[in-house]
Amino acid sequence: MIKRKTPVTKFLSYFFLIVLAYIMTYPLLWMIGAAFKSNEEIFGTIGLLPKNPMFGAFAAGWKGTGQYGFSTFLYNTFLMVIPTVVFTAVSATLIGYGFARFEFPFKKTLFTIMLSTMMLPATVILIPRYIFFRNLGWLDSYLPFIVPAMLGCFPFFNFMMVQFFRGLPLELDESGKLDGCNSFIILKDLLLPLCKSAIFSVIVFQFVWTWNDFLNVLIYISSVAKYPVALGLRMTMDISTEFNWNQIMAMSLISIAPPIVLFFAAQKYFVEGIATTGMKN
Amino acid sequence: MLTRKRYNYTGYLYILPWIIGFLLLQLVPLINSFWYSFTNFQLLGDPKFLGLENYKKIFTADPTFLQSLKVTSYYVLIAVPLKISFALVIAIILNQNIKGINLFRTLYYIPSILGGSVAISVLWKYLFMNQGVVNNLIGQFGFKAVDWLGDPRFALGTISLVTVWQFGSSMLLFLAGLKQIPVSQYEAARIDGAGRMRIFWQITIPELSPIILFNLIMQMINAFQDFTSAFVITQGGPLKSTYLYGLMLYDQGFKFFKMGYSSALSWILFAIILFFTSLTFRSSESWVHYGDSL
Repeated sequence: MIKRKTPVTKFLSYFFLIVLAYIMTYPLLWMIGAAFKSNEEIFGTIGLLPKNPMFGAFAAGWKGTGQYGFSTFLYNTFLMVIPTVVFTAVSATLIGYGFARFEFPFKKTLFTIMLSTMMLPATVILIPRYIFFRNLGWLDSYLPFIVPAMLGCFPFFNFMMVQFFRGLPLELDESGKLDGCNSFIILKDLLLPLCKSAIFSVIVFQFVWTWNDFLNVLIYISSVAKYPVALGLRMTMDISTEFNWNQIMAMSLISIAPPIVLFFAAQKYFVEGIATTGMKN
Repeated sequence: MLTRKRYNYTGYLYILPWIIGFLLLQLVPLINSFWYSFTNFQLLGDPKFLGLENYKKIFTADPTFLQSLKVTSYYVLIAVPLKISFALVIAIILNQNIKGINLFRTLYYIPSILGGSVAISVLWKYLFMNQGVVNNLIGQFGFKAVDWLGDPRFALGTISLVTVWQFGSSMLLFLAGLKQIPVSQYEAARIDGAGRMRIFWQITIPELSPIILFNLIMQMINAFQDFTSAFVITQGGPLKSTYLYGLMLYDQGFKFFKMGYSSALSWILFAIILFFTSLTFRSSESWVHYGDSL
């Protein structure tokens, strides 16, 4: 195995990794290029860079074709995603703390139930949940996304926080108790500052999942005025003539920007979080 | 047992949100969905009990069910193993003291952040259209254009590519696992004269096996329910060749408003997923190795 580090194998590894990186990012690079190309150029050439970069596609796509432009769709997405993400982070922290730091009857059973719901296929409860939310009059609102987040219905994140709290030294809690702090103060003042990387991971994951979610918004959101980008983009694709490729690529680009920006901003914590807890997709 | 655990009931207060959420938004819906599956439930109006009628119809008089089941099985069989083996191989290459590993890791991971979005499905549609980029590219090498999305033989493969493209998250898990394997194990094997392939099969794979199992189970559960790419790119066509199970559930429930029938379909999917995951767990006894290093 000493042979493994010969210049040739090293070179081959790098060559392979670079080619692969190019293939992996090619679709995205093409999307960026296409957003600045004219419609004739998009499919006429295979070059990535536009010959005469134009910005018209962004302006036209932003305005949209119907009554509601892309700014509305973006605004709606934030309106849906931000409360969902914040409540997920809060509920997962509380639940994780509860399971990791307290002994109470049936704790093991409850924890096992929570773990097994991680494997419950979401499609099985899709229809009853829809009926339930309809009976509450919550259709065409963002409550079907926000309320489950408040109630810790994302067992994956709860589990992630449990694992994280278990890794924090118990001495912290003990010292807090000696100082006469109650359990909530211990959580808020002593443990929370150490949970940054875990909470960031929850935030990034949940932001990305909710942002990208399509099936649920398709089911729950019916009026165009409340469309998030996922629905807005599909509608634009369906109703616009085939020749508006550059506009659609420009809007697709804008719609994937927020998750990417957040990922890069929180990357350090995020990769740590994945490494310690495992993830879904 | 004289010493009793000292209970602190405050714990219930912290997990209370989850208890309510579990009961109201998971357990009750699960029971309801089981009940609906035995009824005729048209959304407006109340569910009417039908007995086993829905299930009977699915298995004996619904050709789209069989078609969708076939398509979904192919999809899971193609996409999941490809994605996981790809993730594993790349992780191993990245793990050998590569400079710029962070950059590669990030580049390979980005598709996992975007994969499920409508934007990527739209992009895929454009890339693989008849006059699209992929056909232009292969045309440069003298190949004839392929009807990637319009030919029933290729459409499912093209959709599966979106899934395989998102191997990044599994790769990150493997990378974390690889870091845990003690170097001493490799050294001992080398001293014994083991070749690279032998080390791969006898050390790397067994040590990573718990992570392989986790990936396999989670990816399988997800793949059986995939929806967005097939819905946006091909709408299940051509000739229902990409009519994944998720699309059928959506059509029956939210296009035809047959809530009872769709619930029955979802329970069949649940049973299938349960069967395959428990099969995987069973088989894992013979191939998953829980060493003390992981």
